[in-house]
Amino acid sequence: MGMRLDIKDVSCGYGSKNVVNNISLNVSSGEILCLLGPNGVGKTTFFKTILGFLKLQGGKIMIDEEDIRTWSRKQLARVIGYVPQAHAPPFPFTVFEVVLMGRTAHLSMFASPAKEDRDITEEVIEMLKISHLKDRIYTEISGGERQMVLIARALAQQPKILIMDEPTSNLDFGNQIRVLEQINKLSKRGLGVIMTSHFPNHAFLCSTKVLFMNKGSEFCVGNADEVVTEDMLKKAYGINVKIVSTVNSEGEKIKTCIPLIK
Amino acid sequence: MNINGAMTKKSIKAKTKSVIKSSEDTKIYYLLIAISFLPLIAVIISLVIGRYPISLPEFFNAISNKISGTSTMVNSIDTVLFNVRIPRIIAALLIGGALSVAGATYQGLFKNPMVSPDILGASAGAGFGAALGILLSFNTAGIQISAFLFGLGAVTITYLLSSAIGRGNSATLVLILTGMVVSTLFSSFISITKYVADPTDKLPAITFWLMGGLSSVGLKDLKTLLIPITLGIIPLFFLRWKLNILSFGEEEAKALGLDTSSLRIVIIFCSTLITAGTISVSGMIGWIGLIIPHMARMIVGPNFKVLLPTSLILGATFLLLVDDFARCAFAMEIPLGILTSLIGAPFFIFLLMKGRKGWV
Repeated sequence: MGMRLDIKDVSCGYGSKNVVNNISLNVSSGEILCLLGPNGVGKTTFFKTILGFLKLQGGKIMIDEEDIRTWSRKQLARVIGYVPQAHAPPFPFTVFEVVLMGRTAHLSMFASPAKEDRDITEEVIEMLKISHLKDRIYTEISGGERQMVLIARALAQQPKILIMDEPTSNLDFGNQIRVLEQINKLSKRGLGVIMTSHFPNHAFLCSTKVLFMNKGSEFCVGNADEVVTEDMLKKAYGINVKIVSTVNSEGEKIKTCIPLIK
Repeated sequence: MNINGAMTKKSIKAKTKSVIKSSEDTKIYYLLIAISFLPLIAVIISLVIGRYPISLPEFFNAISNKISGTSTMVNSIDTVLFNVRIPRIIAALLIGGALSVAGATYQGLFKNPMVSPDILGASAGAGFGAALGILLSFNTAGIQISAFLFGLGAVTITYLLSSAIGRGNSATLVLILTGMVVSTLFSSFISITKYVADPTDKLPAITFWLMGGLSSVGLKDLKTLLIPITLGIIPLFFLRWKLNILSFGEEEAKALGLDTSSLRIVIIFCSTLITAGTISVSGMIGWIGLIIPHMARMIVGPNFKVLLPTSLILGATFLLLVDDFARCAFAMEIPLGILTSLIGAPFFIFLLMKGRKGWV
């Protein structure tokens, strides 16, 4: 059940101001696209346009050759799941309730979740190994735990693509890596993932494709080795970095980037 | 009743700590059934107490006579019971329940537990409509219709203005701010009406109306209440799961598959129907729509699936008891709106102090 998201000459922005121009790329099932780039280049604008929060200013977004502009919210939500940055809603829902809300796209207009929806929610919670949080109050758990709950909610939606807004922001070092591991696992299960990040290392650890966006609507797409280079980082962020290789526990080559501080 | 509720909640919490989710759900439903008895008890109390005390045997006697039609004689018990007391009890139940449902709904829609049903200008608009009706010497029905239409009108103005001003992420905030502006505007209109009103008869009538109360509610008012309340509450009950999702904000609700803009219109329309409908009959009764949803949330949690019915039941019971107090406590009846504020304000502070982290 492969699926392919095609982005063709897409321009996006707010109102009459275009922030991003003519981006083309595609993401298929099992791929992880990592969006890198300095603040204000339009990473958020770009993924919010894919999610339909912002109006498409030009080009086409297709899923399996179908233009998604004509799709209803519900249709879109069954294919694309969204994991926002961890946040606190105004009411103290339990973790189970929050995850159950992911089922909304599969309910009819006036319905509430049924037994089947609860079962799917249980499964997802178990899969992400957060069963111990199930009855806890969402507003009272830690940032890392909330991020996992939001991932669970998006998975309960049973989408083909997951769009994640800085999934590692505000998390401690260990939780950052645990979230990245989870993303890798999800892509192996056949999910397409689009995520934004501020850390070039995350592109090395957790991506099959990188979209590096730069000021002035410049962008380049490729795998992490091609795109995340010392020159590129210097150009984008105005800092000097060194990219070095080392070997992970399985003996695979792995790159990491070290900023050089004067 | 409130204290009982809080205690039940505490013991329930302690017991369910280690139990799995489904059994906690069952407990909430048991709790809901238990809560359902509250209005029943309140109704029985309300039937017998009053300026004209009616004992329970007398009450059952009157009822059985009414049903069998054996008594053709008009006696005072019948008159008090069927023309005054029962309509008033039903009105209190309807208004209390409806305002609480509208309040809970708005709190979800605006992602803010501090919101009450008059946030978009329904109260101020209806107040002006009524004041204008009194000024122009309309009859009771005319005043009610005027209040109702101006209540709807004020919210429509708020909605149209806010959609002309802003879209996107801050839509909700713009809506609340516009609501405040429209409320203030209509409050000024009320002041103007009072200023030009005849100080010997019209001004006191307007002032009294604005205080809110059920002292003049009769059988025919129930119909006026029942139609907008039913039309408003039924859709909200069907949409109550979606209210959970809306409380996470515009973008997340969209990403979860909701058509937020049309849903918002439907919800605002239903809540406004309820608010304007109740105010047009009872005048301004504040605080109910703010505190009852809080109380309900403390007992059954924030899930609108159970929160909405709980708010309905608690709100109905609460307003009925407050209205009993209003008509029985002193030699002269106290306007209900004043009482709900007197009780509501300190009670809200109490809730804030007792409340657990996360719901403010």
